[in-house]
Amino acid sequence: MNVISNTGTVFAREIVPSLRNPLGLAFTMTQPLIFLLLFGPLLSGTPGVGEGSPWQWFVPGILVMLALFGTGGAGYLLLIEMASGSLERMLVTPLSRTAMMIGRNLKEVVTLLAQAVLIVVALLPFGFRLHPLGALTGLLILAVFGLGLGGLTFALAIAAKRREELFYGVQQVVLFPLLLLSGVLMPMDAAPSWLSVLSQANPVTYIVEAERALFAGDLFSEAVPYGVIAAAATAVVGLALGSRAMRRATL
Amino acid sequence: MIRTRGLTRHFRVKGETVEAVRGLDIDVQEGELVAFLGPNGAGKSTSLRMLTTLLPPTSGSATVAGCDVLADPAGTRRNIGYLGQGNGAGNHFRVRDEVVTQGRCYGLSRAESRKRADELLAVLDLESLAGRQAGTLSGGQRRRLDIAIGLVHRPRLLFLDEPSTGLDPHNRANLWKHILRLREEHGITIFMTTHYLDEADTMAERVMVIDHGRMIADDIPENLKANLAGDGVTVTTADEADAGRSAEIAGRMPSAREVTVDAMTMSLRAPRGNALLPDLLRSLDAAGVRVLTAEVRRPTLDDVFLALTGRSLREGEGDR
Repeated sequence: MNVISNTGTVFAREIVPSLRNPLGLAFTMTQPLIFLLLFGPLLSGTPGVGEGSPWQWFVPGILVMLALFGTGGAGYLLLIEMASGSLERMLVTPLSRTAMMIGRNLKEVVTLLAQAVLIVVALLPFGFRLHPLGALTGLLILAVFGLGLGGLTFALAIAAKRREELFYGVQQVVLFPLLLLSGVLMPMDAAPSWLSVLSQANPVTYIVEAERALFAGDLFSEAVPYGVIAAAATAVVGLALGSRAMRRATL
Repeated sequence: MIRTRGLTRHFRVKGETVEAVRGLDIDVQEGELVAFLGPNGAGKSTSLRMLTTLLPPTSGSATVAGCDVLADPAGTRRNIGYLGQGNGAGNHFRVRDEVVTQGRCYGLSRAESRKRADELLAVLDLESLAGRQAGTLSGGQRRRLDIAIGLVHRPRLLFLDEPSTGLDPHNRANLWKHILRLREEHGITIFMTTHYLDEADTMAERVMVIDHGRMIADDIPENLKANLAGDGVTVTTADEADAGRSAEIAGRMPSAREVTVDAMTMSLRAPRGNALLPDLLRSLDAAGVRVLTAEVRRPTLDDVFLALTGRSLREGEGDR
């Protein structure tokens, strides 16, 4: 009960500035938007992208990209507050530390979902077909995945201890390979076998494939349970590590 | 209110153990205003972070506001307020929102938090800034906001870590006016660290001097100055021979210490320089020494620190 109401307190603190300035939503989604606008159109006619509009194939992957780069913001904001002293001020209150982590991550997840809905709605006039039930399930998986990612960036931010360049370095070194190996930008069908093996070992691959199946309306695709497992595993590991890091944080 | 025994904290830095705090015994009674004075790197902030549950001690015990910091950190946190060296309010949050959030962190209801926030913003002259983002405030305004945040749950004990560092004299005076009034009205116990000598001297009722992680003195400022440093008495004479003779005469006075001569100037230290000076002048006159000027300088806490460690606190100031 305490953790839940504390989570609400933290979530409320974090979400209010976003509600007052909804345009800020656009800032954290510039990278996926650039890929969407400048890279997406190149995909039409590429083998492995499927029939019809290339958006149907590309957009689910872009949503995963949004999660990868967007929820990293949780750790980034934590890093800023660590340096300024406002995190320290909250660590001295009786506020549950696990709630601090979850509340902040929830704000990132809500932002992520809002951005995802924005992209989907914006592409509807351009031939993107919406399958509501599949899309909702897809967003749910995305939210669970994003929660876990947020936890991981928390653990990273606290381990980096104010060394911002370390945080960014690790983040870039980890995120870009995960992104490229997941087949978000290009189908992995034509990949050489070593790359294919790496791709199979990447949990993000399963989430991308599940999202593609769900946004195509294929709720019973065998990709879906794999995606659910990958997202749930990310959430369990991410929240456990993030919460442990917060509870032990001494600054 | 605060009681520590053998409080110790070591850090591992590049494979070496740094003993930041070494066996501190601190006793602070309810209602006191105590300053923790020492040069940068003396262990002040590390001690404060242990007392406020931000950092676990390597060894030793600490009871703060009735709770053991190790066994009951949550209880300790409920009873204390804390102003760190940084800014408590997040830059892109609004002033009033941050105070309300803080109330919620201590379990106040939404309505109570808002009421309390408005009360504190009014008391600290921040009402007109309530809707501004904290990042747009001036240094003095931010510090007052930090106090509002620190007091939202009416703590019995307030920790201040270098409260006025970076503020100009006008803002420092204004900040202290607020702190002292709040203390008078609510009887809050205050424990602060500072490396400003005059701040410790004028504000604190008791000064603990810390150096290299150890407590080297603990008393009211007047006693520290009288017992450890004493007044400085300086006499200038018409020529160097007179200065030498004045040193001989002064050296025979029982309360005079550290008699030195530099050209035509003779200086000494004495617990009560103002009482010694008339006697000294009479003796010098009787001996035919021609005295041109005579003055008594009250000691500062820097003299105390110098007497204790052989170093000046002012050395290395500003190299945080």
